[in-house]
Amino acid sequence: MSFDVETDEVEYEGSLVEVEDLEKYYYENDTLFDRVLGREPTAVRAVDGVSFEVQEGETLGLVGESGCGKSTTSETLLGLREATGGSVRFKGRDVFRMTGSERTEFRQDAQIVFQDPFSSLDPRMTVGEIVTEGLRIHGLAGGEERTERAKDLLERVGLSARHADRYPHEFSGGQRQRIGIARALALDPEFVVLDEPVSALDVSVQAQVLNLLEDLQEEFGLTYLFVAHDLSVVRHISDRVAVMYLGKVVETGPVDEIFENPQHPYTQALLDSVPRASVEEYGRRGGTLEGDVPSPRNPPPGCRFHTRCPHARDACTKELPPDYDTGERHEAACFRVDADHEYWESEPLPHASETGEGTSVGGGIADSSD
Amino acid sequence: MSNSETVTADDPGVLERRREDLNRVVYRFKQNPMSILGLCIIFGFVFIAIFAPYIAPYPNDAGYQNQPAVHFDQKFESPSAEHLFGTDQAGRDIFSRVLFGTRLSLRIGVVVLAAAVSIGVPVGLVAGYLGGGVGMALMRITDVFLSVPPLVLALAVSVALEPNLTNVMLAIAAVWWPWYARLTYGEVLSVKEETYVEASRGIGATSTRTIFREILPNVLAPITVKMSLDMGYAILVAASLGFLGLGAQPPTPEWGTMVSQGRDYMPAQWWYSTFPGLAIFLIVLGFNFLGDGLRDMFDVEVQ
Repeated sequence: MSFDVETDEVEYEGSLVEVEDLEKYYYENDTLFDRVLGREPTAVRAVDGVSFEVQEGETLGLVGESGCGKSTTSETLLGLREATGGSVRFKGRDVFRMTGSERTEFRQDAQIVFQDPFSSLDPRMTVGEIVTEGLRIHGLAGGEERTERAKDLLERVGLSARHADRYPHEFSGGQRQRIGIARALALDPEFVVLDEPVSALDVSVQAQVLNLLEDLQEEFGLTYLFVAHDLSVVRHISDRVAVMYLGKVVETGPVDEIFENPQHPYTQALLDSVPRASVEEYGRRGGTLEGDVPSPRNPPPGCRFHTRCPHARDACTKELPPDYDTGERHEAACFRVDADHEYWESEPLPHASETGEGTSVGGGIADSSD
Repeated sequence: MSNSETVTADDPGVLERRREDLNRVVYRFKQNPMSILGLCIIFGFVFIAIFAPYIAPYPNDAGYQNQPAVHFDQKFESPSAEHLFGTDQAGRDIFSRVLFGTRLSLRIGVVVLAAAVSIGVPVGLVAGYLGGGVGMALMRITDVFLSVPPLVLALAVSVALEPNLTNVMLAIAAVWWPWYARLTYGEVLSVKEETYVEASRGIGATSTRTIFREILPNVLAPITVKMSLDMGYAILVAASLGFLGLGAQPPTPEWGTMVSQGRDYMPAQWWYSTFPGLAIFLIVLGFNFLGDGLRDMFDVEVQ
């Protein structure tokens, strides 16, 4: 870049992180042997054209069922896995084309906290070494200073400075996750991907870790991408939410909009599946979706969700719905949002449980089990 | 912030805890009496190897200080107080020669394994970490070596190079490294999928750094165990080559060579072959016991 002293404050337009049409395909049957036999490689479309943006200082929740590509998305956007298509811009610069000092800077500015606190810490390094490994790699602090920094970081995440000499196996899951958070903070990042950071923890410990994350966000002005399948956690921590289904984002919007006024049938079903403890809920039919998530090896044509959607019609199998604006920064990829779409004239699919008229928001998904 | 998770119990301090860890490891090792026996046997042999000139009653009979001695007037004496293991066809004290043979055998074991590890482990590391075409090529080369029976290959190498002690070590190392490449490769494949390896890349570590700092330390345990088990086998193979006349040449006091020579005088002069054979048996047994003990120890530690 330049020799400008203020390179830290690079001017850029748009959001801190902009993900556009990100694709990550894995190929099966792609060995030399398979090619000799003339087998076509099968693409597993783990992430298939995902776009969203994360603005500075906010928390974007990325939710979806297991296997919908949430974690792959987060690891790919950091460049930890090689993307097969699309682009990611961090502060306006293309992450996949970064080289040299730009890349080094990006590795400091963007960090990740992993889901599994047991496999994400090297069992043969002490906690102090783990936490300050980034400083060592980037040559940011040496000797005494590094030791001090390790102690500061450990104390900041609620552990004790004495713990720096211990090995990861001496800690509980929640403590290990705190170590993982300390490691992410060591390089003073701006953007942290939290890849299901609490889903492996006990419920009581989850709350503590979530509070810690919120405190840290405030203190260091961090921007979070929070990946999770637990909706209550997402609602608690997020400013905006993106809902993923089978490698695609089906709906994005402010957290209250998504939870109070979901537009996409998948989001509605997802919210219905959350168990609630309320007297008014007595008699509610458990809103469960029929069937399984289709294989990403061979995703259904048109709208990915049409095989399970209670509102699915013929039109859904033919064309992929674009993202429709449904309100302030709220987008949903469903034809039902568009009152003029030919969807309304086409035939309902056999498994669809209703005709589609007068559906109330968040309802109607469940009653297909007879 | 909540501190309920923080360890509040009085902290005994680093040194104290390290000592506890060590005690635990020693305890686990002790759980298996055979491994202690193995350790004792190996220590015994190491002691003998170091002090052979002082223990052996007739060091020159074993060619000590390049002053080989022969006493034809004492040939084929049966074991007695003077010659514990008897004497051979040149009247040399077999006990002294067996003691000096310890030096050779241990040297063979150490050199062969050092060579095998320093070729095999890097090959496995690189092949496993890089994968793809490079990994495939390296492992297929390894497979070629593995597909030839080890003793046959060692024989061929040894014959081609003229049989002597150095070439024996070279030959055995040449058949041994592929096993380490294989083992390391497999371990690397599983370790490199661990999240902490990905985490190290996430904070900007280079491949070299990731290999040496994250992967290598985590694959060392099984390699160490295999080394201690293999010591015995390497010595055994060297002895086999000696027995077949393609290893160390007489009058080198190598155990396999001695067994081979003594074979001509069986069964009348039974002591000639028997005692070197017992020594081979004992050292291989010792290394096996030790290796088993180490394996149990590491199995528990790495979970």
